[in-house]
Amino acid sequence: MADKGHFSFDGVQLPFLQGQTILQAAADAGHYIPHLCYRPEFPPHGSCKLCSVKANGKFTSACFEPVTEGMKVESETPEIQGYRKRVVQMLFAEGNHYCPFCQQSGNCKLQAVAYHLGMEDTHYAHQYPRRQLDASHPDAMIDYDRCILCELCVRASRDVDHKQVFGVAGRGIEARLLVNSPSGLLGDSRFSITDAAAQVCPVGAIVPKKAAFAVPIGQRRYDTHDIGEELACPPSENKGD
Amino acid sequence: MASPLGQSATLHDIAARHLHARHRLLQMLREVQASRSYVPEEAIQFFAHVLNLPIARVRGCVEFYSFLHTTPRGQFDVYFSDSVTDRMAGSQIVAKRLADRLGVTLGQPRADGRVTVSMTSCTGHCEQAPAGLVNGRVFTRMTEARIEKMASLIEHGVPASEWPAEWFHVDDGIRERGITLDTVIPPGEAIRAALARGLPATLDEVERSGLQGRGGAGFPVGRKWRGAFDTKGTHYITCNADEGEPGTFKDRVLLAKYADELFEGMTIAGLLVGAKKGYVYMRGEYEYMMEGLQTVLAERRAAGLLGENVCESGLDFDLRIHLGAGAYVCGEQSALLESLEGKRGIPRVRPPSAVKIGLFGQSTINNNVESFVQAAQIAWKGADWFSAHGEAKSRGTKLLSIAGDCQRPGIYELPLGTTVREVLARCGGENAKAVQVGGPAGTCVGRAEFDRRVSYADLSTGGSIMVFNDLRDMVDVARQFAHFFAHESCGFCTPCRVGTQMLKHYADKIADGQGTQRDLEQVSSIGEFVKAYSHCGLGETAPNTLLDTIKRFPEEYTSRLLAEADFVPEFDLDASVTESRALTGRHDQLDQIHSD
Ligand code: SF4
Ligand code: SF4
Ligand code: FES
Repeated sequence: MADKGHFSFDGVQLPFLQGQTILQAAADAGHYIPHLCYRPEFPPHGSCKLCSVKANGKFTSACFEPVTEGMKVESETPEIQGYRKRVVQMLFAEGNHYCPFCQQSGNCKLQAVAYHLGMEDTHYAHQYPRRQLDASHPDAMIDYDRCILCELCVRASRDVDHKQVFGVAGRGIEARLLVNSPSGLLGDSRFSITDAAAQVCPVGAIVPKKAAFAVPIGQRRYDTHDIGEELACPPSENKGD
Repeated sequence: MASPLGQSATLHDIAARHLHARHRLLQMLREVQASRSYVPEEAIQFFAHVLNLPIARVRGCVEFYSFLHTTPRGQFDVYFSDSVTDRMAGSQIVAKRLADRLGVTLGQPRADGRVTVSMTSCTGHCEQAPAGLVNGRVFTRMTEARIEKMASLIEHGVPASEWPAEWFHVDDGIRERGITLDTVIPPGEAIRAALARGLPATLDEVERSGLQGRGGAGFPVGRKWRGAFDTKGTHYITCNADEGEPGTFKDRVLLAKYADELFEGMTIAGLLVGAKKGYVYMRGEYEYMMEGLQTVLAERRAAGLLGENVCESGLDFDLRIHLGAGAYVCGEQSALLESLEGKRGIPRVRPPSAVKIGLFGQSTINNNVESFVQAAQIAWKGADWFSAHGEAKSRGTKLLSIAGDCQRPGIYELPLGTTVREVLARCGGENAKAVQVGGPAGTCVGRAEFDRRVSYADLSTGGSIMVFNDLRDMVDVARQFAHFFAHESCGFCTPCRVGTQMLKHYADKIADGQGTQRDLEQVSSIGEFVKAYSHCGLGETAPNTLLDTIKRFPEEYTSRLLAEADFVPEFDLDASVTESRALTGRHDQLDQIHSD
């Protein structure tokens, strides 16, 4: 049994290893598929749907769909890029994303992906949800306004920190991130700024305190390069640097 | 005054009765809800502590299910079914009447804590609408006259158990029988037949019959069983009795009248793959059947048909019933398994399939109620008996639950392949202009398509058939479905969580006569996107009725669109500047945005 094979990615023949997902195989071969809820160190979650591709004619999420021999994957077609833009626009319309004065601006993956996809407006009527900010922890705060429910913090806290600080409650549009403490406040939980969960938030929802403008806007990560150049998501750097 | 909520069991009792098993968390929370009218913070922390679960997990669960609440409901908790066919029968009118008589706002408990009146998604009694629930008991055929009486019983604190029995009467609703409803298996006979034939030979028989999953998706039952049979390790059998698709109520009838057949089918599947345990996951709305089902289970245990050494086969198999708590998405197989494990009902990632990694991470056969009933009958009577009915690609008969504008709503057992026209002729729905086949997630067909067939190859359905006559407003029907999906989306994936909200918004705007051509285009484009990109079947089908009705009844939409010149913005400019006008004291004509 061959443990290697080939599949077609936007018309190009790419190699893959048995068991790889479309996203992994594409990244190894130097092709970026936009994603938000995926990080290589965690099991795929499949909730943001940004990584959706057409595999053998059917839509599926590249972050969890295994590649099969001879599979025909479409990723950068106008149809799919258009749909991806919709995902991002919907996320912007769902939460309250004040990029100009968010401390994560320039380091935010949502914003970076929006640039990458050429998003110029949010297209949809904003929902302006009312969400509380939690500044109860001495070293970090959670601005729920920006949470996109990717559950990276949930997975990091559960699988790496072994603390289960985060969870999700509610249903539908009322789904919300939850802190695992009797009061529901981060300050009353076992969260620490050295946790892996403190590093993974792709947006400006979990951010360290007192570090906001150490690196000025204009010199931040995605101010200097397109997110598409990052491929498979390198390990996260310190927030706010 | 007797308490309609009954005596409160302590949290300790509840946890102990459920053996402190984490996967029974939802069952525990249901009991707390039933006895206290909500799940207090104290209970959340208690269960987290005794089950050694994160508090967030317990709280997350409470906030997920519609029938669990974190703030007190009334001592009387009344829900009216908001299925479109219940609406057609006047559910909103009776609900409003009751709310008015009691002086409550829909969905809000009364200040004195006596009562809440709310709407809920379809309760599964569409042919006896308007239906609903009071403290977990199902009432049917509500009338304004009954509402008057109900209001006074509530005001006087008379427990629901002492209300007139006829209000709680549920007809089985059977109108036409076929091989399934006519085949009553003497308890144990199908199991014995399967054992006598040999279990592997019985699997062949089920495969050969061509039986496809009766929940609507139509995956071959035999192939699923074969997959589990070929998988090593521990196995579970689960039955999907969630039946949340609006307009579907055939499983209700099977659970009430054919429980032996259902349990028999599950037992055969269990013996076949070597499963020791099975679970029936029944929607919370059907709680009133629990007692009857438990009795059947007890009788079967006593008769040696469940438990150790089933029918002297040397094999053990037993069953439990778990109740849902108001979440349509739990009808999705993997969400159902999550819920059975005591979690929020979020669909899992596939692959792997449940047959490989299902309940508690083990190989699981999950089938619909009707599928298990028919599988048991096939085990007893053979594949040929079954496959003599239906058509080439859709074998056997199908139970259809028909409601809406027809003279004889109810349950019809018809061969697969029956045309919509024939279905309408049988139920007295000849005046239909539209038929919704398969519920909101299915297909809406107009007169031109009444020769299409109800089958897996054409119009597939888990059993829901809703009939609409010329007087019905299809835009309003589609709007109601849009609300349903926005309410029932689990919220896991972006397209469905956000997209269904947007579809609801545009459907309202258009139905209220405030929409433009552009809004209509938005519905189509968002709809296509949500279908293509959603994680599970809920999102993949949520836009169907909107898209179908726009295509088939375009004039109903276009006739109420505003001309582009009358474009109405998303917000009211005048209203938005009212406050600043008040502050600045400006009221001059020039400042007015609209002039008459
Ligand atoms: S807080 Fe950040 S990491 Fe956690 S779910 Fe929200 S967006 Fe994702
Ligand atoms: S499609 Fe809807 S119901 Fe299904 S996973 Fe996504 S949000 Fe949940
Ligand atoms: S990255 Fe694949 S669904 Fe989010």
